[in-house]
Amino acid sequence: MIDNFLDDLYQNFVAEDRWKYLTDGLINTLVITLFAVLIGMVLGFIIAIIRATHDKTGRFKILNFFCKIYLTVIRGTPVVVQLLIIYFVVFGSVNINKVLVAILAFGLNSAAYVAEIVRSGIMSIDNGQFEAGSSLGLSYNQTMISIILPQAFKNVLPALANEFIVLLKETSVSGYIAIQDLTNGGDIIRSQTFEAFLPLIAVALIYLIMVMFLTKMVTKLERRLAKNDRR
Amino acid sequence: MIDVKNLKKSFGKLEVLKGINETIQAGEKVVIVGPSGSGKSTFLRCLNLLEKPTEGEILFEGTDITKLSTSQINLVRRRMGMVFQHFNLFPHLTIKKNITLAPVKLGIMTQADADVRAMELLEKVGLADKAEQYPAQLSGGQKQRIAIARSLAMNPDVMLFDEPTSALDPEMVGEVLNLMKELANDGMTMVVVTHEMGFAREVASRVMFMEDGVVVEQAGPEEFFNNPKNPRLKEFISKVL
Repeated sequence: MIDNFLDDLYQNFVAEDRWKYLTDGLINTLVITLFAVLIGMVLGFIIAIIRATHDKTGRFKILNFFCKIYLTVIRGTPVVVQLLIIYFVVFGSVNINKVLVAILAFGLNSAAYVAEIVRSGIMSIDNGQFEAGSSLGLSYNQTMISIILPQAFKNVLPALANEFIVLLKETSVSGYIAIQDLTNGGDIIRSQTFEAFLPLIAVALIYLIMVMFLTKMVTKLERRLAKNDRR
Repeated sequence: MIDVKNLKKSFGKLEVLKGINETIQAGEKVVIVGPSGSGKSTFLRCLNLLEKPTEGEILFEGTDITKLSTSQINLVRRRMGMVFQHFNLFPHLTIKKNITLAPVKLGIMTQADADVRAMELLEKVGLADKAEQYPAQLSGGQKQRIAIARSLAMNPDVMLFDEPTSALDPEMVGEVLNLMKELANDGMTMVVVTHEMGFAREVASRVMFMEDGVVVEQAGPEEFFNNPKNPRLKEFISKVL
């Protein structure tokens, strides 16, 4: 029994350097997630600030209109479909690195969710904070950057972290455009060894460990940001 | 210093200020009293344009500030400190940072100079030992004293107080009023909306009674409290004293 199991382990991960499917896949997964998070953060914050500024001051009418369309479309369609459209339609006729396509697709997708999370954070800050900033002579932008955003960011941190964990797991559909990510790597091993259990469980474990690690980091960060709540 | 001409403010269909004409001289301590909903806070908030007037002019040292651009308004606001009912301290910053944020961000002082000034102000309000703490660690009275220090850091020419003691526990009202009296004695021009009649009597150079969006009566505190003329004011005073 044990011999059998060890043999399975050997066949699935050691023989013919099959573990490389997992590590190479993991690298792709991490690269896609990391850069998609960056795009999502930057674009999401910009959209959130445009939307919140519009809600609070009435400025940016046209930009706000486009942001709303963007949010509706992105949040109203599955990420796999967006990925396929960007790969086969938008970049259909050009030769482009698939990982780049995935980064773009997941980044644009994530931005929509980040935007709404951050906007809700901004709107949750008491209007008195804006007024206090204005009454001291700070401009709207200065108030936003020094007073509102730091507080909003702290409030939405758990929701943002959750969004990134979702994103990390969502990249597992990269296989649809034949990117060899972590999930796809496990699947390749399965197709070679005709053994489903070990490679897929290994893939699941790796995702789980990453998510647990992320969760822990976020808890740490939250605790650090919460120091001003101490009484 | 401040000239208000025919100031009107409506929120939708509700007309809150119905034409106010007032002049506030440098060094004056004007206390505004009146029943809630009379428009006194709105009037105060119009003075630094936290509310945009619907009609009328507000001249600050001769310039009509209702006609200014946003960036020019910000320049005017630097010179008008404001203290809010709910303090509105910045909860994510230490007490010292609360005070130094605006002067540093606006390029008026370096961080080092602002820190020195902040400590002077904290000494003045008697809270120097709280410099590195956060607002949540302070009592209401202490928060309001910090809010006053924060306004003073901009070296304003006039201070606006919007019911500064209304959100405080009774035993903390005194410490805030004492600080305001100190400020008044230092010669600060002050406009105070309050329900503290004792403060009005003791500190005000002029008391103003507002009701239903207009200034009904005003006088020096002696005259105002001892010899009110308008029947609505008589009724108000008999209720609050």
